[in-house]
Amino acid sequence: MTPSIISLRKVSKIYNMGGDVIFTALKSLDLDIHEGEYAAIVGPSGSGKSTLMHIIGLLDKPSGGEVVINGKDISKLNDDQTSTLRSEFVGFVFQQFNLINKLTIKENILLPIQYARKKLDFDPDQRADYLMERFGIISKKDSFPNKISGGQQQRVAIARALIMKPKLILADEPTGNLDTKTGEEIMTLLEELNKKDNITILLVTHEPDIAERTGRQIRIKDGEVVK
Amino acid sequence: MNYLIGIFKSALIDFGKNKGRTFLTSLGILIGVLSVVLLMAAGVGLKEYIKQQFESLGTNLLYVMPGNIFGSGGSFSSAGGIAPLFDEKDIQNLKRVGGAKLVAPISRKSGQLTSEGKTEVVTMYTTSNDFFTATNMTIGFGNLFSESDNTGMNRVAVLGPKLAETIFGEAGLAVGKNVRFEGQSFRVVGVTAPKGGGGLGGPDFDTFIYIPFKTGYIFNPDKKFLEVIVEADSENDLATLKTSLSTQLLKRYKSDQFSVVESTDILNTISSIFNIMNVVLVAIAGISLLVGGIGILNIMYVTVTERIKEIGIRRALGARSGDILWQFMAEAVVLSVFGGAMGLGLAALIVYFIHPIFPAYITLGSIALSLGTSSLIGIVFGVFPAKKASDLSPIDAIRYE
Repeated sequence: MTPSIISLRKVSKIYNMGGDVIFTALKSLDLDIHEGEYAAIVGPSGSGKSTLMHIIGLLDKPSGGEVVINGKDISKLNDDQTSTLRSEFVGFVFQQFNLINKLTIKENILLPIQYARKKLDFDPDQRADYLMERFGIISKKDSFPNKISGGQQQRVAIARALIMKPKLILADEPTGNLDTKTGEEIMTLLEELNKKDNITILLVTHEPDIAERTGRQIRIKDGEVVK
Repeated sequence: MNYLIGIFKSALIDFGKNKGRTFLTSLGILIGVLSVVLLMAAGVGLKEYIKQQFESLGTNLLYVMPGNIFGSGGSFSSAGGIAPLFDEKDIQNLKRVGGAKLVAPISRKSGQLTSEGKTEVVTMYTTSNDFFTATNMTIGFGNLFSESDNTGMNRVAVLGPKLAETIFGEAGLAVGKNVRFEGQSFRVVGVTAPKGGGGLGGPDFDTFIYIPFKTGYIFNPDKKFLEVIVEADSENDLATLKTSLSTQLLKRYKSDQFSVVESTDILNTISSIFNIMNVVLVAIAGISLLVGGIGILNIMYVTVTERIKEIGIRRALGARSGDILWQFMAEAVVLSVFGGAMGLGLAALIVYFIHPIFPAYITLGSIALSLGTSSLIGIVFGVFPAKKASDLSPIDAIRYE
């Protein structure tokens, strides 16, 4: 088995809702994701799957436990180092696409480059063109996000997630806002990225059909992995 | 460098989408910079104007005045207590001083001038014909009064061209006519050529009436003069002549009873007064810059709140909190510099159009000051909203709806 690039040990996340009310989103959760895996986190809403994804995606910090991402213990990273790891290691795909509407498609795809601190081993412009070509959105490169279809927007989001050549793609309900056919296309695209490009993909979904298509289903219930 | 270009470019793109709001936000800075730059230009222009006025009178002139006009601090003192002091004997004495080419006494009197059924309130100069030579005034129509007119105490007058025009319709028509000033009748022998000037409280020699000083004794029974103008042989001898004149006058007067001043002394004093006035005015105008800055502060807070989601997206894509800080700082700076540049441009346009009538100009210093101040305002007032934006946690920002 390939080494794990994500390793969670006894990870908990507790929200203080004000006063004495606390909400436990994750309790003592253990999880390993290996390089090249294609896995789905599934569970009902409120099960803590989004919280888990935010912690893996370095957007949120756990209340307790140990999180090691790409060999780095994230509790030892400051805000800037966390941002750098996010920039170089993770690509996000969201349910609502989360494109910036005032930027063109190409500008959106190139946005992560603006925050890259390392010297890039590729030409960003060429890579953006290549990704747009590959995903069939090159003709829309100067359009704005609100002028293209949902499926196209999600392709733009995937291209943006890939521009920095990340090892990991985190997809939060990537087909949630799309019709079945378009969702199908996006799933095919993700599969291809996993198989051909060997990118580790972790997706969050509440749809069993979608989860079935991945190689591994991680069921979360009440903040714990049940299977 | 690319990083900075990226930041400013995205700020510009953002403003492109919000042209109306961008303009309105910059308006405060625009008005602030406009008023500061215009006031500074006006201050410079005013000094230049006064300098021109003095230079048109001749630069090799000394003014002998009663009282100690320039106190030790270089400012006017006891200005209220000055009474006519000098008499004909002083004029004779001063004419004998080496280096003094022309000496002309002056008394002034305001009064009503009547002719052809018209009445004007005018200033009368009683002086000698040397006054015209010393102050570079020439004759336009007829003749200047002569020395024999003076000794003969002839009832003759020379009019400034504007005054002549007001009374007689055309300046040339005044020659040979009679005018009455304060009940005394004078025959107009000449009209001077236009000299220009006046305005802003400066003397307008084109509106005065001039009579020989001895004729003027009818209004001046004490036979004393308020001021004596002395023209030096050459401009270089002004300092020497100043000392010689003082030495001569000290024989009759105490040192605090009179002053011998150069036009530059007067110029410097007036300049220093205008400088202080200008600093005060510019400071008041600076308040509008402050108000403009608060406008930017306000709108930047709104912008940050509107764009929390975008901040979250950028953080998810790898932006550090510092990147977010710089992004919003850049927007605030672009906003205020944009306002500043427009204010400066508008000020330049206004100065360009008034330049023919008033020598105002925009100095390099005021350009640097206005652009420097407006970027400083952007930084100072941009930092609080930018800090708010950069302090947002990525997760709170991206979940914000």
